[in-house]
This record gives sequence, C-alpha cells and structure tokens, in this order.
Amino acid sequence: MAEEVTPEALTTPALVPPLVTTVIEPARGWVPLRVRELWEYREVLYYLIWRDIKVKYRQTLIGAAWAIVQPLMTMVVFSVFLGKLAKVPSDGAPYPLFTFAALVPWSFFANGLTQSATSLVASGNLITKVYFPRLLVPMGRVLAGLPDIALSFLVLLGLVAMYGRLQWTLSVLWLPLMAVLALLTAFGIGLWLSALNVQYRDIQHAVPFLVQIWLFATPIAYPSSLLAEPWRTIYGLNPMVGVVEGFRWGLLGTGRPPGIPLVVSVAAALVLVVSGAFFFRRVERTFADVI
Amino acid sequence: MDEIAVRVDNIGKQYRIGTRRGPGTVMLREVLTDLAAAPFRKLRALGQRLAAGSTEIQRPARADHIWALRNASFEVPRGQVIGIIGPNGAGKSTLLKILSRITEPTEGRVEIHGRVGSLLEVGTGFHPELTGLENVFLSGALLGMRKAEIERNLDEIVAFSEIDKFIDTPVKHYSSGMYVRLAFSVAAHLEPEILIVDEVLAVGDVAFQRKCLNKMEDVHHHGRTILFVSHNMDAVTRLCERALLISNGGIQKDGPAGDVASAYLLSTLKMDAVQEWPSSDTAPGNGVARLRRLRVRDEAGATVENVDVRQPLGIEMVFDMLVPGHVVMPSLMFYTRSGTCVFSAQDLDPEWRRRPRPAGRFTTTAWIPPNLLAEGALLVSCGLSSIKPLEVHYFVRDAVAFNVTDPAEGDSARGDWDGSIPGVIRPLLKWDTSHETPDSTS
Repeated sequence: MAEEVTPEALTTPALVPPLVTTVIEPARGWVPLRVRELWEYREVLYYLIWRDIKVKYRQTLIGAAWAIVQPLMTMVVFSVFLGKLAKVPSDGAPYPLFTFAALVPWSFFANGLTQSATSLVASGNLITKVYFPRLLVPMGRVLAGLPDIALSFLVLLGLVAMYGRLQWTLSVLWLPLMAVLALLTAFGIGLWLSALNVQYRDIQHAVPFLVQIWLFATPIAYPSSLLAEPWRTIYGLNPMVGVVEGFRWGLLGTGRPPGIPLVVSVAAALVLVVSGAFFFRRVERTFADVI
Repeated sequence: MDEIAVRVDNIGKQYRIGTRRGPGTVMLREVLTDLAAAPFRKLRALGQRLAAGSTEIQRPARADHIWALRNASFEVPRGQVIGIIGPNGAGKSTLLKILSRITEPTEGRVEIHGRVGSLLEVGTGFHPELTGLENVFLSGALLGMRKAEIERNLDEIVAFSEIDKFIDTPVKHYSSGMYVRLAFSVAAHLEPEILIVDEVLAVGDVAFQRKCLNKMEDVHHHGRTILFVSHNMDAVTRLCERALLISNGGIQKDGPAGDVASAYLLSTLKMDAVQEWPSSDTAPGNGVARLRRLRVRDEAGATVENVDVRQPLGIEMVFDMLVPGHVVMPSLMFYTRSGTCVFSAQDLDPEWRRRPRPAGRFTTTAWIPPNLLAEGALLVSCGLSSIKPLEVHYFVRDAVAFNVTDPAEGDSARGDWDGSIPGVIRPLLKWDTSHETPDSTS
C-alpha cells in the first residue's frame, strides 16, 4: 500500500478541514519504510508497550521479580557447573559477576527476540481489524523489555558492590549504548522472524532452539579471550559478542576495550535491522490475509 | 462541501483457497520443494512455448484462487452516509478491509480524502487483563485517537458507557453487555472524517444500540462520511441516503437506500413485486377464473418494490373470467416475514359486488392508505372465491412482496423517534389533548 500525505496535512491541526489523502493500491516488490508514518503513530507504539508491561506480570505471585529470577538462576547454575566444576576462566573477575554481567543484557536480548518473533501472530486479532504500521508490533515487544533490564541491572550493580568492584569511570557510559545495541539486534532478528512466522509457523518452534544456540555462541559463560585472532574479530559478527564484551568492560573493566570487534557487531546489527525492516515491509501487505 | 471523500476504482481482491490446512499455515518444506522445482517448471514452460511457437508465457490456471471482490467502483461524496448490504461472504467485509488498509487490493485503486476510523469489531485492542479505563486508552489509541483527545473525552466516554462503577475492574470480569457498552463508548467518540463500520451494531442490548445509532447520526450531522455494513435493512433505510448491494463479489445495485434495501430484502425472500402467468393454461385457477398477474404499484402506475410509508400503495390483480355468470370476490392477505397475518381485504367495489360477471379480463386494484403499515417486508397472498355456493377459484400464497420503508423525516407515525418500533401496523392517528392549568382544578 502506498500513502501520499500532502505536506500541509502534517503541519495543520485536526481542526482545519482535512488534507490527508490516502491512496490504496497494490504494491509490488520492495516498498519504502515510511519512517515518518512510524513517528505519526508513536502514541500507538507507546500504548502497545504500556499494555505489554502492564499485562506481563498480572496474576503472577512474584510479579516483576521474574525479571530478576531468570538471569539470577542462570547465573547460579553457570557459576556452580561452569565456574566451580569446569573451572572456566573469567578474565580475572569473580565468575558469578563475570557471567551475570553478561546475562543481564543477554536476557533482555533473548526475551526481546522470543517475544517479538511471535508478536505478529499473537496480535492477529489486531492485524485483521485495525490499521497501524505493523512494524510497531515487534518493536513494541522488544521495547517492553526495558523495565526488566533496568531492574536486573540494579541487581547487577548490587552484586558488583557486594564484590567490592564498583568503579565509577567514564566507561560506565558504554552500558546504555550496549543495551541499545542489544535492542537493535533483537529488533532486527525480531523483524525477520516475526514476519516469517506469519507465513511459516515453523519459526516459533525454531526460536527456543535458536536462542539456546545463540547463548553458547556468545561469550556469556566463557570469555572471548579464549579465541585467537582473526576468529575473535569474526566472532564480532554476532552482535551480542560486542554487547556482552562492552558491558563487561564498561562495568568490570575486564577484557579489551571496545575496538574493531565492536564495530563489526554494530555493523552486523544495523544490517539486521535495515534488511529486516525492508523484508518486513515487503511481506507486510499479506499479513492480514494469511495470519 | 461536495467533494469526494472516497473514490473506489475497479477494486479487486483475490484470495488463495483450497490449501489442505487452510490459510496461514504454509510449511517451509513446501516452499523449499517449490523453489527446487521452479527451474524445472520454467524449463518445461519454455519447452512448451517453443513447441507452440508462441512468445506468450502460459500462466497456470489459478483454480485455487478466488476473487472475493472484483470490479467494484463507486464514489462517496463528503458527508454521505452509505449503507453496504448483501449476503454473507459476498465481499462486504473484504471491501471494508481494503478501505481500512488492513489488507491490500489485488488490483484497482482507492483514494481516500480525510482521516479514516474503522470499527470492524467490538472492542478493538481490548485486553482482558486490563481495566476498563486502561482499555479505553489502549483501544482509543489503536482506533486513531490522540492521547490528548482521549483524555479530553474521558469523562464523557465513561458516562456514555454507563459502567462507571466498574471502570477500574479488569474487563475479563465484565459481562458481555458491559464489554460492548464500553467498547462502543470509545468508538462513539471517534472523530474521523470518514467512519467505516462493520456489522458491529448487531450486538448489545436494544436500548444501547439505539444510543449508538443516535451517536452515529450525530457524527453524520457533523458532516462526516460513514460507510456502514448492516443486515438490518430498516436501520440502513433510516440511517443512510444511499446503499450498495454487494453480492457474488461485485456491486449489484447502487442507489437510494430504500430501493436497494427493498430489492435485496425481496431477493432474499426469493420474491418479486410482480408475478405474471403468461399462459392461461398454467395460471392458477379453475374452469371459472384464472389469475394472470399480481403486482405492487404506486399511484403513477409503476411496479414498486420499495414503498415509502407515507405514500399510498396499490395491489393490482389481473384475472380472466372464463365463463360468464359467476359472482366472485377478489381478496388479499398480507403477512409479515415471520408469518403473522397483518390483515385481510376483500373487494367490495359496489359496481361488481353481488353481481354476476361477464367473461373477460378484470383488473382490480386495492389501495392501502398512506401511514398505515409498519416498516418491513410484507408478503401478499391473493385469492378469488365465490361465496354462494362457496368455491375457491384460486388462492396463491405469497404471490408478491414489497418492502415498506420510512426515511424518518418526522412526518410519519414514527414522529421524531428513529429507533425500532414494535407492531405490525403503524397508523398515523389523530390525537386530541386537553390541558388544565393547576389553579383551575383546585
């Protein structure tokens, strides 16, 4: 579908007689992203996120504590089996801290990815009944994880303080940037998977498996210093490598400062988002028919 | 303003049908095997093309594709309220979904001037875990209201829903009636220039439906354009100036709402406003008399399916007397669709009453005065009998039908009330009122 909005329409308030003209035509091939329309619909995005956050922990016993339990328990399991028994190195940091610092952005990423991959199918009733840019659905799902990462980050800070390794350097500024990188990666993958899942429900069965493999392909339970160059740089093609490394470096000062591998990670994430968005827009027009 | 609000130009929508598991569940495996087979298919097609010496690529027949809607064109001027009627599966919803930008047309073009609000279901975006108030915001935003707009109208929305006591209760605990009320309250406060409403008024209790219809008319009176799908023909004729009949994926009729609704109503009854028997041998009757034609006509003599309640209407019976000397009495019976007999009438024309008739063709018309009938379809049965001795020469049950409509302009028996009215007739009565002031009674 193509929409032509006259420039006046965007600046005139609703009280003035309408100038908005919408043209509905069959589209072929690749279509523009229409970022401006996304901006127009920002309130819908806001309410989608707001709904997801509100609903997420309704009728649960421990509520938002679930946001912490998941990474915390994984940390305990990793610490016992990998840290203590298998004696996996941790770049000089205490192993629980080392792995939890990675699990905080990882959980955010993994949940965002899982949630957004099934988001369109789960919103089938909306998609067949009302128009809004469909891109907002997976986007909203990823963004709805932000309170969770904020909460688990606080726990992480507490843990760092407990180990007496709290350091206030400028490198802390990397942390939000890394969270954004994780968000972009989850969103990029989410765009691809959610759109594919509309047509091929195989995706939703493959997602847990994908997340599991990705967990091991990311230096969460082990340091990336185990890898030698050039593999370490190539490893950066997995954007979560950049995220986890950057997060640890910013918070604990372990590993190498962000360099070429991070650039590779950012580039990979951007490629995912842009290609995902274009793919999404291309297949979007059939969503309501096949969902 | 008389410019066009919606211009629909040759819209068509094709759906794929007949997959084994139904739509939406194409397996990746199928696509992969399809991809693998594609080059071979192309080669084969090329071979066929070369063999046939043609440059046209043979497109495989698309037996598994159907057109839900095709070649639909119409224009809606700004401020018009247009009803869309037709049987289920005829393409009405497809049309609304295209206009609402939910699905894309396969061909054609639509131009819409103005903001569109569409109500294709009750409670768009409602989440059962959220409270009534929270859902007002969520649903409002999804239906195209700005946050500021919702906040401004919030008190009114809650008051309109009449459930203010439960507004902080999760809607999953609501009764279906409460749910519908809240959903409509949000919808009723939408202020788009063009409103698209699917068959959503079919739910909810009567009083509340009434309230919503009033609110919709309110919207209309603010100069808004409304496209309105309904199965309630009376509502369509009261609310809409114009109606489209969609059937078999195309627009079959486009015209004044009363005409289109009546035609559709009669077609669903598989009846007509006129029935003729061209051959005397097969016409209903016996050796004495044969019915040749029965029709519903207006004062000018035209056969009509749609009758304005404020206009007189004639039922014209044409019959042949085959032998002279019989005293006969034509009669008519009027039934509602549910089978209630509204009234019967007998031909008491003094010229022929109790008088033996000569052979030949008779045309007799019974005139029903204006402002007597209620809205809705009436099915007419007719007969011809002799009383002494009693003999029924013919009787045809449900021979013709017509639909009475009331445009609700205030001068019929419905007065200023534009909701539904019970009763099989609705005569316009003369009312006398006397008034005494309080001091004169003491």
